[in-house]
Amino acid sequence: MTSPAAGTAETAVGVPTGQPGISPASARRATASRSGALAARVLGSKPVVAVLAVVVLASVWELYKALGPDDGWSLGETRLLPRTTDLAMPHTWEMVARLFDPVSGARDAPVLWRAVLEAGALSLGIAVVGWVVGVTVGMLLALAMQRLRVVERAVLPLVVLSQTVPLIALAPLVRSWGAKLEIGSLAWEPWMSVAVIASYLAFFPVAVGMLRGLQSPDTIHVELMTAYAAGWFATLVRLRLPAAVPHLLPALRLAAANAVIGTVVAEVATGLPGGIGRMILEFANFASSDPAKPWAPIFGAVVLGLVAAGLVTLLGRSLGRFRRGEVVA
Amino acid sequence: MSQPDPQSPPLSTSATSSAAPASVMPSSAAPASVMPSSAAAASPAPASTATSSAESAGAMPPGAEPARTAPAPLASPGAQRAQSAQASAVHVDSVTRVFGRGASQVVALDDVSLTVAPGEFVSLIGPSGCGKSTLLRLVADLDQPTSGTVEVFGRPARQARLSREYGIAFQQAGLLPWRTVRANVELPLALSGTGRGARRERVDHLLDLVGLADFADSFPDQLSGGMQQRVAIARSLAEEPSLLLMDEPFGALDEMTREHLQTQLLRICAETRAAVVFVTHSIPEAVFLSDTVVVMSPRPGRIREIVPVGLDRAGIAPAAAVSTAAEDAVGDDLRTADAFVDAVARVRTALHGDLASAGRPGGAAGESRTARPAGVDQR
Repeated sequence: MTSPAAGTAETAVGVPTGQPGISPASARRATASRSGALAARVLGSKPVVAVLAVVVLASVWELYKALGPDDGWSLGETRLLPRTTDLAMPHTWEMVARLFDPVSGARDAPVLWRAVLEAGALSLGIAVVGWVVGVTVGMLLALAMQRLRVVERAVLPLVVLSQTVPLIALAPLVRSWGAKLEIGSLAWEPWMSVAVIASYLAFFPVAVGMLRGLQSPDTIHVELMTAYAAGWFATLVRLRLPAAVPHLLPALRLAAANAVIGTVVAEVATGLPGGIGRMILEFANFASSDPAKPWAPIFGAVVLGLVAAGLVTLLGRSLGRFRRGEVVA
Repeated sequence: MSQPDPQSPPLSTSATSSAAPASVMPSSAAPASVMPSSAAAASPAPASTATSSAESAGAMPPGAEPARTAPAPLASPGAQRAQSAQASAVHVDSVTRVFGRGASQVVALDDVSLTVAPGEFVSLIGPSGCGKSTLLRLVADLDQPTSGTVEVFGRPARQARLSREYGIAFQQAGLLPWRTVRANVELPLALSGTGRGARRERVDHLLDLVGLADFADSFPDQLSGGMQQRVAIARSLAEEPSLLLMDEPFGALDEMTREHLQTQLLRICAETRAAVVFVTHSIPEAVFLSDTVVVMSPRPGRIREIVPVGLDRAGIAPAAAVSTAAEDAVGDDLRTADAFVDAVARVRTALHGDLASAGRPGGAAGESRTARPAGVDQR
């Protein structure tokens, strides 16, 4: 190959020689920087990174399964690392493949992923109801606490305390109270108890986050409103609520995740049929006979949480106008 | 034409003139008014002798002429006081404001009295801690005095605030970040329930006034500091108030923008004829903008002296109908005029008390060195 620049002929392998005057070192650097730029662009794309994260997680699982001790590792009586047998830790591809097999040996049994999806949809519905109720209660509490300092001082500690009550104990209580409740023709359904528990977990971050948001405006803005003789309600609508949006959205996202957790736990505690929680409980019995089966509803619960958070993100996009100046964490 | 005030000679050289209506006694019993009317009343004689120099082509005359209002002549100082107390834009009567209590209390204002006439531009100037911002906040009813009364247009300050009699601008622009420039200027109108069409019209006019019509749909984070402050000023004018309260609005800006905005503010005030109470740290700014400079002293906050400023600002009035660049040139001329420099010296003397003359060899000699030419009214 003849090229005007010295040195390019010898190192022509793999290096583009169409450009005269490129030395091999700078050509290598150019390729390296091009691939560096490509990597940066790939890693900057969120869906790609999400998929990569799942792949990394699966790799860690398989790596441990391949390299870890058969009996796991225990510290005295407590087992800190699980056993690596196929029974205790099924392969990730087995878990995925199981999704496409029927749920059980019964005739007309649906495919596993379909069953999980249906149960997930039911739980999602209950979680949404719980979220809406929790968010409403949280917002009303926050407004009351902002309006009257005495309410804040009285109620906020109770709100914090409420979250320390164990759900497992609370769920049967709620169910029995609900059963006694009858407002006219409206009878208390079992799923309502689950929704109440979900809202119980959801209202706390909203109450606290929204209160912080309502108290967040600068003094100068509040004084401006005072100078314009704006009453409490006008100040609320035009200043405090818009200023609260950047604080409210993370609280709503947290509330969504909490609502899902509350739904699943309450379903387990109250034994609500047809939900994901019940499915997790039932399929846990198959741990020894069908090791990949219990993982399906767990994946379903994870997807449920992601969907709930994703819905809140969509809500956040519609409120983008109030998030100017928000620092991207 | 107004009659000369019988009490004061036309060519008075003392800053705090003996003409009673023209001065306010600090911390004393009877608050008298500071009014351009008395300045006008006292200076028509020098005005007539100075007209020849005033009418000399183009350049700013070294003489001083009151430019703002031309009210009717008043016979006696007592009648003047009575009338002014009724008509005054702001009347602060023996106000004290104490923060905290016991040993650690801070006396921000100690028995301060002040009157601002309608259409008058008054600056409050003084070192940190002299209570000028506190005084402004008391007038705005953002704070309440420990004792004494504050009246705005004859009504208590709180009532004036609730009826939105004043517009206010702070050192930070204080624009709501989620609202466009237009929506920010509209805010006081929206709060008072003005209709959408009327709001839009008014906002368009105001944005033209401050020169930001092209940025009506931008957000505050897209604007520079000077532009944000101009939006804040436009907002303070939204309800056409007869009183403007400004707390160092140009404090956060660079010198060039500051001087430009000072000229703009003068033009706006000449158009709207509002009374203004302006808090500032800058002596040249105070002298450039005001009819009267109120010099305050700290710990405890008191009014040390009231310095009347008589400058001819006719070149910046709306009737002059000149371009912005020409207005800036007029402003620059004004800042180099003898009367301006002299007024700055007087305010500085008042601020520093005896220190200025004590430092110079022979205080009296220093005063005579700055003897004014004939035809200049010093009050």
